[in-house]
Amino acid sequence: MDNLDLSVIIDNLPFLWQGLQISLSLTALAVVGGIALGTFLALMRLSGFGPLSWVAAGYVNLIRSVPLILVIFWFYFMVPLALGRPIGSFYSALIAFVMFEAAYYSEIIRAGIQSVRKGQVHAGKAIGLSYWQIQRYVVLPQAFRNMIPILVTQAIVLFQDTSLVFVVSLRDFMTASSIVARTEGRLAEMYLFAALVYFTICFAGSIFVRRLQRAKTA
Amino acid sequence: MISIENVSKWYGDFQVLANCTSKVDKGEVVVVCGPSGSGKSTLIKCVNGLEPVQRGTITVEGTEVTAKRTNLTKLRSRIGMVFQHFELYPHMSVRENLCLGQQKVLGRSRDEANAKAEALIDRVDMLAHIEKFPGQLSGGQQQRVAISRALAMDPIAMLFDEPTSALDPEMINEVLDVMVELAQDGMTMMVVTHEMGFARKVADRVVFMDAGAIVEDRETEAFFGNPESDRAKEFLSKILNH
Ligand SMILES: Nc1ncnc2c1ncn2[C@@H]1O[C@H](COP(=O)(O)OP(=O)(O)OP(=O)(O)O)[C@@H](O)[C@H]1O
Ligand SMILES: [Mg+2]
Repeated sequence: MDNLDLSVIIDNLPFLWQGLQISLSLTALAVVGGIALGTFLALMRLSGFGPLSWVAAGYVNLIRSVPLILVIFWFYFMVPLALGRPIGSFYSALIAFVMFEAAYYSEIIRAGIQSVRKGQVHAGKAIGLSYWQIQRYVVLPQAFRNMIPILVTQAIVLFQDTSLVFVVSLRDFMTASSIVARTEGRLAEMYLFAALVYFTICFAGSIFVRRLQRAKTA
Repeated sequence: MISIENVSKWYGDFQVLANCTSKVDKGEVVVVCGPSGSGKSTLIKCVNGLEPVQRGTITVEGTEVTAKRTNLTKLRSRIGMVFQHFELYPHMSVRENLCLGQQKVLGRSRDEANAKAEALIDRVDMLAHIEKFPGQLSGGQQQRVAISRALAMDPIAMLFDEPTSALDPEMINEVLDVMVELAQDGMTMMVVTHEMGFARKVADRVVFMDAGAIVEDRETEAFFGNPESDRAKEFLSKILNH
């Protein structure tokens, strides 16, 4: 262990920090987008209108049956084809994550919506609220309140999954660490450091989840 | 005001409502009673279109609830409903519970809605609790808030589905008192309840249901004094003697 040279980390800190920013912003945006699209999919699934719920169910099952890395590839190659121009690896990766996470979030959100008592919907209808108003003011706030811990857990998994974007040559934290490791020839230091950073962030996240759960049961 | 004509309803093969006919005139109080599973809740939910019917018609103030083209949201905003389990919105304060419909459905300003909420909550002696959340209130308090929430919409009629049957005995009267007052103020009410004291005091008519059918529909005194059917007699003796 005495030949570990930690100065390589210090020297490359700005570069690594750029990578971490990509990982974190990708996570944050994908969580927001995934929850928004996932909510929409969950509402489609629960709409009670055949075609809508089949489309949503088909989408969710399709996405959940393919590896994430493949989805990232798909969007990297397909989005430019569809738009007729390149959009860069960050946005293609972001779209891929949003589409992928939405499938998982929609299942979580669907369960959350179903956990809200049916009488609450009746009470909303009975004062004349529209379907969307009932979702917006009555059902979703209660559903999300029940779901926050599991949504955060899913976000932690997502943060780890962002390390897959190296396949579209996006310089996230993991990729940045590898680049430093290889160019400086300091594999041990860099991979230990990368592990430590991922661990710290994810562990802090899971402590946060545990506190949320305790607050909920209290 | 409310008219129910030859209404039948099925859940799959199971007939919940069998050719029900009744009415509630303006200012009238009608109590609906009958054994568990007889279809009372279903009938009352059909009146504001929470449940569809397969046959027959229901009209409220000239609007046909059972017609396909009817704007149900608009109609419902004019009919108050009170549930057995209160169904207050647990994530909103008492004030917000009373303001939501006023602002989002009736388009009242925040100030208007607040003023109305405060006046109504004061009438049920809950003003001190207006910023609290439903989980912090007793069952009786929650139900009084739920009645106020319905009244905040200035309804033309009120529907109650067993409003006191989920309450501890010592809280039943505080809710019944509010309902009696409402009845005496001339509100049109259709009330599913087994509180026969309440029925005797304020009901104009009693509807007795059994197995989805309306077995009796008579003036209150006549119903209690001399029920025609054996079913109603049996039901009354059970409920009055326990
Ligand atoms: N969604 C449903 N699907 C199938 N059957 C139902 C449904 N809702 C109610 N029922 C049945 O319809 C019948 C009437 O139910 P309803 O709730 O109207 O009775 P009720 O008179 O209000 O009884 P209670 O006094 O227990 O509240 C019951 O046998 C019930 O099991
Ligand atoms: Mg019932």
